Amino acid sequence: MFKNAEELVRIAEQRSVPISEIMIEQEMETYDRSREDIYAQMDKNLEVMEQAVERGVTEQVQSVSGLTGGDGKRLHEYLQTHTPLSGELILDAVSKAMATNEVNAAMGTICATPTAGSAGVVPGTLFAVKNRLEPTREGMIRYLFTSGAFGYIIANNASISGAAGGCQAEVGSATGMSAAAIVEMAGGSARQSAQAMAIALKNMLGLVCDPVAGLVEVPCVKRNAFGASNALTAADMALAGIESRIPCDEVIDAMFRIGQTMPSTLRETGEGGLAATPTGRKYQAEIFGK
Amino acid sequence: MQFRSVFDIIGPVMIGPSSSHTAGAARIGLVARQLFETEPEWAAFHLYGSFAKTYEGHGTDVALVGGILGFDTFDDRMTTSFHHADKRGLRYTFIEEKAQPEHPNTVRIRLGKGEDVLELVGISIGGGKVEIKELNGFALRLSGNHPAILVMHDDRYGAIANVATRLAKNEINIGHMEVSRKEQGKEALMVIEVDENIDSETMHDLTMLEHVRRVTKIHD
Repeated sequence: MFKNAEELVRIAEQRSVPISEIMIEQEMETYDRSREDIYAQMDKNLEVMEQAVERGVTEQVQSVSGLTGGDGKRLHEYLQTHTPLSGELILDAVSKAMATNEVNAAMGTICATPTAGSAGVVPGTLFAVKNRLEPTREGMIRYLFTSGAFGYIIANNASISGAAGGCQAEVGSATGMSAAAIVEMAGGSARQSAQAMAIALKNMLGLVCDPVAGLVEVPCVKRNAFGASNALTAADMALAGIESRIPCDEVIDAMFRIGQTMPSTLRETGEGGLAATPTGRKYQAEIFGK
Repeated sequence: MQFRSVFDIIGPVMIGPSSSHTAGAARIGLVARQLFETEPEWAAFHLYGSFAKTYEGHGTDVALVGGILGFDTFDDRMTTSFHHADKRGLRYTFIEEKAQPEHPNTVRIRLGKGEDVLELVGISIGGGKVEIKELNGFALRLSGNHPAILVMHDDRYGAIANVATRLAKNEINIGHMEVSRKEQGKEALMVIEVDENIDSETMHDLTMLEHVRRVTKIHD
């Protein structure tokens, strides 16, 4: 059993196996389940993610409030007709992350990774990186186990709840998880995965949870967009051999302590930040009439 | 370790928009429904903290009612749970509480049918994962993510051993267990988390044991 990132990396190095393998074996042991059984369950989750992405980039989804929907599709179409300045792979990930989160906001079916509000980052990056690295189906399933391993560490040592730790605990966690998984899929080492996770999460620290009208829409959809692009940037940096001066576990701990000192108005109460702006309040009044 | 499974992180598959406020709320409702064992006539939801502030926007209300109707997090009927409740004759109310809860996402659910009333406090700790903190006045800790047996029994020596022995005979492994009571020598509650769903034969065996008053279960 690994309790933190350092232990996870050390076990993977000692045994010369990828991080995904450690997570798979721990799940098998904890629940006395077969590898096939666990793979099948993760494959189902992968299918749900695939369908949500597909729906979000092709259909004109819209939330009940009307605040979000259609931007993932818009960006997807822009990519077909324009040469983007920032890079095709990054924007592909961004459009798919937004698409997933828009489907979520429209009360569609998604897979929480690690939460519903942050459900865009992991599949968004996965289905974009997939086109470049061309992994097998198993490789894609492993991507989810690697991101799950880092999410497991964050959830047990800090938090993955916006109400407890702000958006840094949700989109921040999803970004770190994705960065680590991208590194593994690209052939980087376990240690580089942890570096990518640290670099990614460091740059999401302090991010508050301030949903307009209390809805998982504004700014959630676009925060998933930037989570996806941050994850890819952090992964490339780690693959280049760049290291975080602050170790991964200490970054996670810092995130936890920042969350604890965050005022409750900025932890998913819809009372502060963007929710408390004149326009945020106006939307709330229009939607709920109060 | 509050989170034990990778599927607590990559999962659940759910109807949006919020894992803590929608999926978690549905799960708390579902646990309450399973423990009540029958469809209640009425349900009252006391919402605290972030639940009280944002329940309409997150569909927490829709999800709680869906859970009470027995819908799981990924059930397509979730979005129209109010309509199903009206059709099935379930009356429901939501009460926004001002008190500051220990955890920001807390709900106290009261269910009733005729004379029977159940009261449960649940919290949603993130990513769709929940904990039941209180049942009919008994403090407890129950995840709702694993099958479990809840045994109301007399607070007498041998009661716990009887239950454990019966489970051993039926080859059921106990994953986590705790006992809670309000007053010494009166009524007590045993909460036993197990690895697999409990069959009706075992449920019956447990009910027949000395000092056991009532046995309910939570299944996957």
